[in-house]
Amino acid sequence: MIRRHRTTALVALAAALTLSACGGGGDPLAEDEGSQEGDSTGDGGQSLVIGSANFPENVLLAEIYAAALGDAGVEVSTNLNIGNREAYMAGLEDGSIDLIPEYTGNLTLYLNEAAEATESDAVYAELQEALPDNLTVLEMAEAEDKDSVVVTAETAEEFDLASIADLAPHAPNMVLGGPPEWRDRFTGVPGLQEVYGLEFSEFKPLDAGSTLTVQALLNGQIDAGNIFSTDPAIVENDFVALEDPESLFAAQNVVPLIATDAVTPEVEEALNTVSAGLTTENLTEMMVQVQDSDPADVAREFVDAL
Amino acid sequence: MIATIWAWLSDPTNWSGSGGILAQALEHLRLSGIALLAAALVAVPIGLYVGHTGRGRVVLVNAVSAFRAIPSLGVLFIAALLLLPRLRGDLAFELPSLIVLATLGIPPILSGVYAGIGQVDPAARDAARGMGMTSWQQLWQVEVPCALPLIFSGLRSSMMQIIATATIAAVVGLGGLGRFLIDGQANRAYDEMAGGALLVAALALLIDLVGALLQRFVVSPGLTPATRR
Repeated sequence: MIRRHRTTALVALAAALTLSACGGGGDPLAEDEGSQEGDSTGDGGQSLVIGSANFPENVLLAEIYAAALGDAGVEVSTNLNIGNREAYMAGLEDGSIDLIPEYTGNLTLYLNEAAEATESDAVYAELQEALPDNLTVLEMAEAEDKDSVVVTAETAEEFDLASIADLAPHAPNMVLGGPPEWRDRFTGVPGLQEVYGLEFSEFKPLDAGSTLTVQALLNGQIDAGNIFSTDPAIVENDFVALEDPESLFAAQNVVPLIATDAVTPEVEEALNTVSAGLTTENLTEMMVQVQDSDPADVAREFVDAL
Repeated sequence: MIATIWAWLSDPTNWSGSGGILAQALEHLRLSGIALLAAALVAVPIGLYVGHTGRGRVVLVNAVSAFRAIPSLGVLFIAALLLLPRLRGDLAFELPSLIVLATLGIPPILSGVYAGIGQVDPAARDAARGMGMTSWQQLWQVEVPCALPLIFSGLRSSMMQIIATATIAAVVGLGGLGRFLIDGQANRAYDEMAGGALLVAALALLIDLVGALLQRFVVSPGLTPATRR
């Protein structure tokens, strides 16, 4: 009997441990998946359906478009977290969504694999050329979500760094961290070397997201790291995203991609106003807020302040 | 394909330097060694206790099965997420992987030690008691030496699993042969990836061979199948 009690207790303990290991992770796992409210209300299919990719920033941008268009008197509904580009582009083709926030560089590459431009305006021009007639992009925002080289505020101050080019004299004493594919990819270690003449003492392969890179920067394993320019970690840890004057990393300006037959003067004006007000800084700030509040509320606040 | 893998493996520039095969193999062994030591520190005393006293056998068997069901990669990510912000320095990156590898290494050692002690001939035990040995003496002078073949096989199987799995340390930015798998895949260098996989397998077998040799010297000749002397 005693033995059986012990067994039960142990099994319970093991189960508890396993469960806590799976679910009780606390903050790092508490990812805000974005609310799913406001599905297509199905009012005759006349309203403009706004889609989004399956990551928080794109959901937020879709909510911003929705709020701005709603204020302009356009009837809108949302269909958020659709999936990756392959998935939602199919949605745009078959008319199940009419509008989605996009990024100039990646969208251009999706439409034309041979695209070469990296500088904002040139990318935008290439994008307009590559778009089929049934799709239109409106004005792009200054806001960009792209690869950036990030250092801590202390490092930036110590070496007086503002742009990637400023790293050149110090790189031989610095460790660079980034996703493993940066080792061989041109928009990585080889490009930093060729375009900016940076010879880092070591390249430390970390993750493509940012958790490890952020920690490695904070813990001093790396001196410079690859983080996306709108990552909330940049604001939260007071990091400095270095400018990329030579446009090594292709521009990724936020741009509304819309079905051509859904474009009306009201829609165009409302979305252009949004684009005019979006900067990388305020988008990053909003990404911080989105971590613990509803993207729709954050979007509302932003649109009201426009 | 085989030719390109061989070309990668036989290129001397891939072997030298801080990121070379030799350096990564040593790093792989260092991580694996620490993990094995940690696993043994936990598993051996428990195994000895259960095997010697016979108490908690059911608990142990269940625990071993439960431990074997723990998903390594999942634990690694959770440990990394929880520990990274709380630790400083290199430890922050190594500890999560070591926890995973040690956890993985515990069950084989535990069952090896426990089974080894448990299967000691009762006659030998009785004889020891009859000679007036204390319980402690019985354990160390009779049971452990008799159980060494199984204890060794537990340790060796644990080491094999740890070496094979230590590749996942590369996922969180650590060194080791896993680097070739992760970096090779990220850079579509499939020769490097396949070469790295072969190296991991080769390293695991090599270390097992070393373990087998060690076992020959440590285990009493009376316990091994008769060899001519």
